Amino acid sequence: MSTATTANGRIARRKMAQAGDAQRPLWIRLGFVFWLAVFWVALITFGAVFADFLPFADPLKTNLSKTFHPIGQDGFILGADQIGRDMLSRIVHGAQISLKLAFTAPFISLVLGVTLGMCAGYFRGRVDGAIGIFVDSILAFPNIIAIMAILFFLGPTLINMILVLGFFGMVGDLRVARANTILYGEREFVIAARAQGASHLRIMFKELLPNVIIPVLALAIIGMSRVIVIEGILSFLGVGLPPPTPTWGKMISEGYSELGYAPHVTFVPAAVMFFTILSFNLIGDRLRTLTNARAGQI
Amino acid sequence: MIPVFFLVTFASFALLNVLPGDAADAILGGVDATDNPASMEEARQAIREELGLDKPIIVRYFSWLGDVVQGDFGQSYVMSIPVTELLLERLPVSLELLIFAQIIALSIALPIGIYSALHADKAFDRGVSAVTFAIVAAPPFVLAIILVFFFSVTWQLLPSAGWVPIDEDLGANLRFYILPSLVIGILEAPVLIRVLRVDMIATLQEDYIALARAKGMSTRYILFRHAMRPSSFTLVTVLGLQLGFLISGAVIIEQIFALPGMGKLILEAIDGRDALVVQGAVTFIAVAYVCINLAVDVFYAILDPRVTVGDRGGRR
Repeated sequence: MSTATTANGRIARRKMAQAGDAQRPLWIRLGFVFWLAVFWVALITFGAVFADFLPFADPLKTNLSKTFHPIGQDGFILGADQIGRDMLSRIVHGAQISLKLAFTAPFISLVLGVTLGMCAGYFRGRVDGAIGIFVDSILAFPNIIAIMAILFFLGPTLINMILVLGFFGMVGDLRVARANTILYGEREFVIAARAQGASHLRIMFKELLPNVIIPVLALAIIGMSRVIVIEGILSFLGVGLPPPTPTWGKMISEGYSELGYAPHVTFVPAAVMFFTILSFNLIGDRLRTLTNARAGQI
Repeated sequence: MIPVFFLVTFASFALLNVLPGDAADAILGGVDATDNPASMEEARQAIREELGLDKPIIVRYFSWLGDVVQGDFGQSYVMSIPVTELLLERLPVSLELLIFAQIIALSIALPIGIYSALHADKAFDRGVSAVTFAIVAAPPFVLAIILVFFFSVTWQLLPSAGWVPIDEDLGANLRFYILPSLVIGILEAPVLIRVLRVDMIATLQEDYIALARAKGMSTRYILFRHAMRPSSFTLVTVLGLQLGFLISGAVIIEQIFALPGMGKLILEAIDGRDALVVQGAVTFIAVAYVCINLAVDVFYAILDPRVTVGDRGGRR
């Protein structure tokens, strides 16, 4: 959550600084749905961070007399799964994995994408050509297959997953960073800095980066939801994190075989996952519209 | 295009050769190694030599690439069938799925996209953008589960998984494809609706549309004769990209519905450490992707006579 609010805060301050264009305060213009999404992400994050301190049942404790226990009975608030483990507790603990991925991998993508994208957009010429070939190759390469193959051979640990997802997620960030670098690269303040004899590195860091990073940050929040989906797909295909670690994708796939008998075992984690992804998308989309509006004013 | 081809083929080749565990282990996997480690090592060496695994990676890459160019992807280590044969056997299954999925996606997206553009920012348009936003957030397997729950489990209308060859029983074959292609179609439609709507709104503001209206032409005639063609550029691009992406991106759908297509083949091959099959399939998909991109370029020229092929150098 912290990232979303700082990005949000930064944009808010800029907006305020521009003064005059806003009749209403920013938090009202963002809209009710936006805050609902923020609330949901905050709730999930809170549960995940404090999962071990909150009064939840043990997510790994099985109870064979309570298999497929229905929702809301005998203290099983969200029911129990095929071997009687508490669903609510498993969802909260599963959120830890999803959020660990969501708050790391997109930012690895961001660092890689912004670095390469700014180099391509700033130096142009051969650097741009080489990075272009690199981007086209990543796009032509079937990503989900590559991720699966790498994880299968390197072992499906959390750190490997973060690195692989971070690498393959960089294309979008790279393109946006490149486009914005080109856009700002010919502006007066860059030419002025160059006339003063500023080095390439200084121009890129001090002049261009603050302008390039904002639209990429909005994209990174949407990247968070993509990472959660891919974790789900990997778990569903059986190349995700090994058992007994609870993850949303694994819960959904385990429940799938008994879909007709106990649909809640599949649908509850699926719904939680859906709302989390929807929330990240909503937040990212709102922030992107704001940054676009800002680009339009210049 | 050429450097992309080399980079992608080399990446797919290196991927399975640099990583630990090779085909010799896969072939010997069933043998118990504990009783005689020395003879085990000997057997491994023999297999590595026979498959050429002891040579440097660059040498192996180029000899493999030389064969690939001639249409020979080598022999599957595990199944002992030529990889080309495996690919040709699985490809039609994936293509059939993709064709149905694209038909469904287009038949959802075209009417909704056009209607939304015509009535931009009215209630229907707002409703559509809310719904498409929600659908984009649905992971593919969640939508698959929802459809299976209703159509297979609750109403028992359609099979939840399985496959019959098309020449055996056409009706049964089609029934197995309905749910998986519906999942892909529904997930793809929102993207198409968005790009079509945006392009169509832009086109409808052109002067020649105003002229056509002033001449008293019907809305329908204007839409299909004047506005449709210039509004379909992004749509065609996205369709092409999706097609390339989905050849392998459908792996989760093929797995859930047990369709023996390309995605499932690769999944099985990764499981069995069948390096040549994975390499062959990845190469095939990457080349297909590059070709589709090229075909989209050519199609632009057909859509808009002002475009000459190779004109879009700046596009990335």
